[in-house]
Amino acid sequence: MTIMTDPQQESFRPSMLLNDTRYRSYTFQFIALMVLIGIIAYLGYNLVLNLRAAGLNISYEFLGEPAGYDINQTLVEYTSRSSHLTAAIVGILNTLLVAFLACATATIFGVIAGVLRLSNNWLIRKLMSGYVEAFRNVPVLIWIIIIFTIMTAVLPAPSAFRGDDPDASMILGSVAFTNRGVYVPMPVWGPGSMVVVVTFILSVIGVFAYRRYAKKLLYATGKLLPMGWPSLAILFVPSILVFFIMGQPITLDFPELGGFNFRGGLQIGAPLIALWFALSIYTGAFIAENVRAGILAVSKGQTEAAASLGLRPRRIMNLVILPQALRVIIPPLISQYLNITKNSSLAIAVGYADITATLGGITLNQTGRAIECVLLLMLFYLLISLGISAVMNIYNNAVRLKER
Amino acid sequence: MKKSVFLGALTVAGLTAGAAAAATLDDVKARGTLNCGVTTGLVGFAAPDSNGNWDGFDVGVCRAVAAAVLGDPQAVEFVPTTGKTRFTALASGEIDMLARNTTWTFSRDVDLKFEFVGVNYYDGQGFMVPKELGVSSAKDLDGATVCIQTGTTTELNLADYFRKNSMNYEPVPIETNAEAQQQYLAGACDVYTTDASGLAATRAAFEDPSAHVLLPEIVSKEPLGPLVRHGDNEWGDVVRWTLNALIAAEELGVTSANIADMASTAGDSPEINRLLGTEGNLGEMLGLEADWAVKAISAGGNYGELFEKNIGETTPIGLARGLNAQWTDGGLLYSPPFR
Repeated sequence: MTIMTDPQQESFRPSMLLNDTRYRSYTFQFIALMVLIGIIAYLGYNLVLNLRAAGLNISYEFLGEPAGYDINQTLVEYTSRSSHLTAAIVGILNTLLVAFLACATATIFGVIAGVLRLSNNWLIRKLMSGYVEAFRNVPVLIWIIIIFTIMTAVLPAPSAFRGDDPDASMILGSVAFTNRGVYVPMPVWGPGSMVVVVTFILSVIGVFAYRRYAKKLLYATGKLLPMGWPSLAILFVPSILVFFIMGQPITLDFPELGGFNFRGGLQIGAPLIALWFALSIYTGAFIAENVRAGILAVSKGQTEAAASLGLRPRRIMNLVILPQALRVIIPPLISQYLNITKNSSLAIAVGYADITATLGGITLNQTGRAIECVLLLMLFYLLISLGISAVMNIYNNAVRLKER
Repeated sequence: MKKSVFLGALTVAGLTAGAAAAATLDDVKARGTLNCGVTTGLVGFAAPDSNGNWDGFDVGVCRAVAAAVLGDPQAVEFVPTTGKTRFTALASGEIDMLARNTTWTFSRDVDLKFEFVGVNYYDGQGFMVPKELGVSSAKDLDGATVCIQTGTTTELNLADYFRKNSMNYEPVPIETNAEAQQQYLAGACDVYTTDASGLAATRAAFEDPSAHVLLPEIVSKEPLGPLVRHGDNEWGDVVRWTLNALIAAEELGVTSANIADMASTAGDSPEINRLLGTEGNLGEMLGLEADWAVKAISAGGNYGELFEKNIGETTPIGLARGLNAQWTDGGLLYSPPFR
């Protein structure tokens, strides 16, 4: 008869840190962490020591002082007497503006080019691969400069619009393309205009509701409602009706040539256009490849099955292929959005006042606070990138394959 | 994540690693070349010629210092810097001195911890406009679009000037003089503003200089001079007194033509003798050879010769001496005595 005994509980010995596989990985990770902390501490200490030797210190007091310089595009109130902090905020808003615009257009370019690259039409297919290869393989800074240079060299200066027999004229008398930017009429919000705006916002919600309902109806009964014209009708008809009912509260302020430049209207500066367009077509080429990869990842059997049901090619793409492809497309798309945001820091090449140009450029230069400014810049780009990543990941979780 | 923080810290630490180096004179002697920061290209002040040799008024100061310290005016490594990069380059030790039409201001001297060793050009900010605009005064510039080099004192003066005169303008920030020139000529801005000397130099490079006018208003004081890092006084003295030697040489009538003669034996004037090392031990006090000033002046001539050769009235830039004449001629140039 044998007596069952519990295996003896092994007591912990220091040598197990190396010999026992359970602990070994932790040991090495701990050592690596310590070394890393050591290196960072050394670098930080070195920095502090050198700063002290040079008689400098880290201080953010300069942020409250007047900036003293002017900025050509500001979304919030700013004068040269505003603080460096305000200048930084102006820069942040400008960065966000161009990043948002470029993300939107790059997605449109990318999806169109990606889908067309798989087209059966030889010419379209080759044109699109030409676009993708040309733009993917030339650095974005060069594209920004090329587009900006073309704009300033090809488009007329505002002075060309002057005189009795001007060299250039405004399109429809209201839009002027100049080498300083595009001048368009600006809406003036009169009393009652809020009602029109609210109606328009409700219409947008209405369009989404309609499309949701149509989709539900399609899945439930197989009956397909038309999508195109009802969406447009819902979007515009109520707003236009309300606009006239309220007595046309929104008027337009047309740009007019006065003094050196156009006055009035809305100026979209050449730097913004160049940066926006360059970032869009450059990143659009990458997104096109993501879209192509996503579409190719969907089994060809899906297309054939959908075709055998009698669906037309466009409908196959919209209803069968793209929804499945999205699962493959979204994760790399997040990276492209991050790239756009970070690449917008090349703005200073064309004189666009983004955060790198204001805080990391002029402020840094005028105050000499290089380390403080660069740390702030790093913090800003980190926060914005994590923010984009978080939002896009929520979307990704919503569209990815539900595994139950 | 961890990695990016680490690399960021590395960059920051690397930027300032050289800042503590004190004995610049020894470093330059050991290296055998002088690292001199200049502009990325402004004809007359500092620009490479067709053979790639740097030439100009600011370059002359670099060459004089190299000659005084190393005995060879060619032993200079020119580092082109923009308005934005110049101070970082100097603070980090990438360059030993900066001779790049940089304005001597309080905050640069005191807060940025640099030391201006003197003034080699007394300047002021001006405006250039195309003649066809028909503008004759800076007061007429309300609403204009202005090209401006970013990170400069001119940027701040411009804002102050328009504010003071309650005028509006739209700034077009630009990194280098060459870009500004291109933008200005393309009509992307109505006005180009920078130091008057820089405007003259830029205009001289135009295809048709007569189609552009410099407005009469000078809206600021811009004393331009070479600068070094704070805290290395020996090196600061070397650069300061090299510049003074060039100025004093003109005042004392020492030129590149007669210097060999004058330096061979002690002459009648004790100050010339002390300057040229035939009497006293000024060179030794600086930690240099006795004939340091002779080499510095021989490198490109005295101040007046450098001026005439690079930016004077006989050159395309055509600047009059004006404020930059010797104090004996009613200008501001005044070297402390060599005693």
